Amino acid sequence: MKTAVVKPAFDVAEIRAQFPILKELVHGKPLVYFDNAATSQKPRRVIKAESAYYATINANVHRGVHTLSTKATEAQEAARETIRRHINAKHVHEVIFTSGTTASMNLAAFSLGQLLLKKGDEVLISGMEHHANIVPWQMVCERHGAKLKVIPVTDSGEWEIRRSDDQMIRQFTERTKILAVSHVSNTLGTINPVKELIAEAKKRGIITVVDGAQAIAHLNVDVQDLGCDLYAFSGHKAYGPTGTGVLYGREELLERMPPWQGGGEMIDVVTFEKTTYAKLPFKFEAGTPHIAGIIGLGEAIRWMEDYDKAAMAVHEHKLLEHATKELLTIDGLRIIGTAKEKVGVISFVIDPSSASGSGVHHYDLGTLLDQQGIAVRTGHHCTQPLMERFGVSGTTRASFACFNTVEEIDSMVTATKKAVKMLR
Amino acid sequence: MSTSSTLVQAQQEVVDEFAMFSDWQDRYEHLIELGKDLPLIAPEHKTDGNLVRGCQSRVWLHATPQNGHIHFTADSDAMITKGIVALLVRVYNDRTPQEILGASTEFIDRIGLREHLSPNRANGLSAMIDQMKRYAVAFSSSTKAS
Repeated sequence: MKTAVVKPAFDVAEIRAQFPILKELVHGKPLVYFDNAATSQKPRRVIKAESAYYATINANVHRGVHTLSTKATEAQEAARETIRRHINAKHVHEVIFTSGTTASMNLAAFSLGQLLLKKGDEVLISGMEHHANIVPWQMVCERHGAKLKVIPVTDSGEWEIRRSDDQMIRQFTERTKILAVSHVSNTLGTINPVKELIAEAKKRGIITVVDGAQAIAHLNVDVQDLGCDLYAFSGHKAYGPTGTGVLYGREELLERMPPWQGGGEMIDVVTFEKTTYAKLPFKFEAGTPHIAGIIGLGEAIRWMEDYDKAAMAVHEHKLLEHATKELLTIDGLRIIGTAKEKVGVISFVIDPSSASGSGVHHYDLGTLLDQQGIAVRTGHHCTQPLMERFGVSGTTRASFACFNTVEEIDSMVTATKKAVKMLR
Repeated sequence: MSTSSTLVQAQQEVVDEFAMFSDWQDRYEHLIELGKDLPLIAPEHKTDGNLVRGCQSRVWLHATPQNGHIHFTADSDAMITKGIVALLVRVYNDRTPQEILGASTEFIDRIGLREHLSPNRANGLSAMIDQMKRYAVAFSSSTKAS
């Protein structure tokens, strides 16, 4: 259980003051940063923690007998403990550092494929997955002769979990060995019922992997409560440095999983005949890790905890509701992803309208918003199958973080109206 | 318009035209207007084979030889991209392959457009010019062969 501490009241102005980048101008206009689902901005504390490592304790971890190496090791391992506590993992060695969610998913897919998949077996994913939770599975399925199965997505952007009369989820078959799904959709913002699906999978002995890239900054993630076997996330979408990520794994499973990459740090004894591997978590951490980044990530997690993730979530939900309401006043604007449970992500397209004329291409809109200082994402968001499902070539996506404001949303809506007027 | 002047003159005209705009909005509105004058590609040529690779929005470019010159038609599903391709077609249209291959592309930098484009779009612009030059190479060798 997390210890209760007194947290400061949520004050967006005070939070904004901690993000140096928010003072930058873009094309001479104040930056409005709405691309947090791609990467969030970093508070000063995180930037300082990362640079303090280089300035004062830079050394390689786990190897040296000298003082700096000990300090660097302690700082990195303190970050591991912070993350363990934050996601409520049982053991600190269940937290594996990677370079990001993509590396975590590749590790999971390669290693689980090796351990579990035989010809004719199935891996079940969903239709809203990021390419990083599709392509690694396709690669291992091809290698082991297994099949990739997909949970369809409804018009509102939710899983269509089909049930038979006795409430069994029909997408699971006797050959399903692995379930790999996202906690939150990066394109739609949908918060998926992962806990429920994991419970069903566990009844059938299916190994469960969760892509938590979009959840970690916005939801309280408790891996024991979710019951998942593996949980992957990136540091840089949660106010931490780029090039950092985590793969949480249940101890018993990690012990059985073969290593993914070989090299230094992950070995016990090496001879030319045979190598034995190091204990967890080092078995999965070949090579020198991104020590500075990991220390920064630990700081980012502590920063989020200090400011109370639940209060952040309330604020972000307010932003989502305001943006949804205001954007819908634009003629022809259609939101892709209207699930009941969403984080602060809005994907939209602007269709032709009988009153106002032609539709607006997301790329044109993104360009003209950028000219007005507003950073949004345009395109397929690394979810091409999902774009096909909705019959669109791409969307414009605004994704919010705790430092965004209602006023910024109003600026975006005004800027969008101006751009649409120019383009129609 | 372009056929009455040399390719270099046409480039200079474009540079002068864009120099008149101090404001992003005017510059983009002009680009959007240019797109409306683009010689549109015939529907049967709007094929995947005519898509310019390297653009995030879809751009189709078709070329036909006409009396030793190359005639371009094009289209795009995004209006700003359509404006950019229209601007290039205006400069390069109905020129000989030799003129196209011999032309410098530094006018693009002088328009001040590149700095206003995302790297993706700037790459797309280079991809469009490269595609025009590839047509020029293809047509100049086929002219020599016949």
